[in-house]
Amino acid sequence: MDKSEKLALSLSLTLLVVFMGAIVYASVAKNIEVPTCITDVEPFTTDTLFQTGPDEYELQMVSRMWAFQPSTVRLPAGSTVDLYVTSQDIIHGFKVEGKNINLMAVPGTINYLRVKFDEPGEYLFACHEFCGAAHHTMAGRFIIEEGLDEPETEDGGV
Amino acid sequence: MSDYSFRFSKSNKYLNATLLIIPMVLLFIGVYGGLMQTFFRAGIITSDPFVGGDYYKGLTFHGVLNAIVFTTFFAVALGNALVPYSLRKELNSKIAWTSGIMMLVGSVLAAIMIFLGEATVLYTFYPPLKAHPLFYIGLTLLVVGSWLASYNWVPMYLEWRKENKGKKTPLAVVGMFTTFIIWFIATLAVAVEILFMLLPWSLGLVDEINVMLARTLFWFFGHPLVYFWLLPAYVMYYVFLPKIAGGKLYSDMAGRLVFMLFILFSIPVGTHHQYMDPAIGAEWKFLHGIFTFAVALPSLITAFTIAASLEYSAKQRGATGYFSWLWKQPYFDKQNWFFPYLILGLFIFIFGGIGGIINASYQMNTVIHNTAWVPGHFHLTVAGPVLLAFLGGSLYMIGQFMNKEIRMKGWAMISPYVYTIGLFIMSYGLKVGGLKGMPRRTNTGQSYANPDSVLYQPDWIAYIDLSVVGGILMFIGIVMYLVSFFGTVFAKSESDEEGALVTFPISESLHDEEAKWLRNFKPFIIIAIILIVLSYAPVIWDVLQATYGGSLPFSPDSPVPLR
Repeated sequence: MDKSEKLALSLSLTLLVVFMGAIVYASVAKNIEVPTCITDVEPFTTDTLFQTGPDEYELQMVSRMWAFQPSTVRLPAGSTVDLYVTSQDIIHGFKVEGKNINLMAVPGTINYLRVKFDEPGEYLFACHEFCGAAHHTMAGRFIIEEGLDEPETEDGGV
Repeated sequence: MSDYSFRFSKSNKYLNATLLIIPMVLLFIGVYGGLMQTFFRAGIITSDPFVGGDYYKGLTFHGVLNAIVFTTFFAVALGNALVPYSLRKELNSKIAWTSGIMMLVGSVLAAIMIFLGEATVLYTFYPPLKAHPLFYIGLTLLVVGSWLASYNWVPMYLEWRKENKGKKTPLAVVGMFTTFIIWFIATLAVAVEILFMLLPWSLGLVDEINVMLARTLFWFFGHPLVYFWLLPAYVMYYVFLPKIAGGKLYSDMAGRLVFMLFILFSIPVGTHHQYMDPAIGAEWKFLHGIFTFAVALPSLITAFTIAASLEYSAKQRGATGYFSWLWKQPYFDKQNWFFPYLILGLFIFIFGGIGGIINASYQMNTVIHNTAWVPGHFHLTVAGPVLLAFLGGSLYMIGQFMNKEIRMKGWAMISPYVYTIGLFIMSYGLKVGGLKGMPRRTNTGQSYANPDSVLYQPDWIAYIDLSVVGGILMFIGIVMYLVSFFGTVFAKSESDEEGALVTFPISESLHDEEAKWLRNFKPFIIIAIILIVLSYAPVIWDVLQATYGGSLPFSPDSPVPLR
């Protein structure tokens, strides 16, 4: 190995270590996580939304060909949501527009992430895993409103 | 190594020509499917005007034929050519033909099932979407056929080692074996998935399938698959490119180190495709992320080594200073039409590589997972450097094996430029669209890109349209290539000799170190197996712990299970 090769190798290694450090920083200091393995949640087949504390909600969402249930979720600004997702039939998935939340809904398992909505507005989520003939029509929205009293969910249509 | 030629028997000559020509026809069908997809996504068409069927059927044949069938055939053809050539030993043509026929029958079976609409499951074939059993059988035949082809090289290599004690194995042979060692280990997982899970379930022998386990086994295979695509291109970068550019390989040891690093880190990385999945502990996802960064290292070494080789070649021709070597290369030399196929791939791979590191970056994956960014990314890898190197390699080999001068060299030389411009435009559209939330694998023309739909997303339209423009240019590039390829195939042969006298542009190396520790595959394979067990045992354990029910099969057309 000559001098320039050694230099290139050490620069490459440094670059990768810096990137790795950035990931650890985001995880530890900024608390941005990916979904993990959960085994303590009862399997569910219907969707529910309930309040667990001031500005805190738990949402159990069921995805099926070709709709999310619920497909519209209205919540007050500042809500933190514990989001549980499963699938009734085949694999689905979604990313919530403008949020660090992206989940696969796999039958036989439950996926989980916590998300906080500060800014009022509409957040689209479109099914992003091929789930059959009408996959492209499967979508939903979080609608975040200032000073909303009664959070609510709707099925069907977006 | 000086230029020398090796004579292939008539039987092996026809075999290799077949292994190049038939997948080229399948590739064209897949490329046509790709063009149609850009039209579907933009809402220009709602049904395929020539072969019928919807977006998802076309997407399935695009993925299966281009990414799985074409690539596997080319890797086998390159090995069948380079291993005998470099070791100067005749290929056992009976085994080689058996393998070739298995691959052909398997691919055609799978393709027919897709065309009949019995396997609209995309090229990841995730259950519980069910394909016809013959689709799974076809894929199995393709894989087993490719295994057989590589076993055929083993006795040749062992014999060569006995006769050439203490000599370095030719780098081309190291590269081809690396490719197939990774392929073999990786395909074991998908073989388990297909033979013990998908096939019995598809045949109705068992009712239910563990979807999460099948998916995890798929990705055990799915990521090393990309190195199986990439490594034959690396073989051509290391072995052919320096010579074609008129220089030498900067460092022989770098090449050997790179291949061994790929053996170590190609496989224990698959969970980085499942960062957003349930049922896998985040700590194991993170471990796979670290290994994915490790497997970026050989590509960074390659970037340096190949650039250094090209700099050396240009300096031989009188280039001076820091940068002039970059343009003193044979970019537009018709007689040297092979050069653009390799160099453009390397330029594309700069962006493909950066995208890959972004995707692998754990929580950053949240932003892009399953958005249009992902196809934007992998078109800059498998449909960039890999495809271009494979096209160039195919054209070179068809000329050699059929004893024909390449026809329409001008078209052959310009084609990768047209393709590359199209590719950059299309991938830009897909990637930025993806960042704005546009999902992949989605017939946007029917909803998000349709102004009459409640789902209409006006801010995605410009990016969808860019992918149409790029897709058309890419298609034109491929057509130009095929004119030259089939022009050569159907041209009159200039010689009537038996067999084929084949020559490859094999580079000498500038720095040639002993590197004894890099001469034996065994220790690297053993460490790789240890890494695989360490990284996958906890993942499989988590999946088995966290899944609570099996799935009945579904067709893509109905929410009611098939039984």
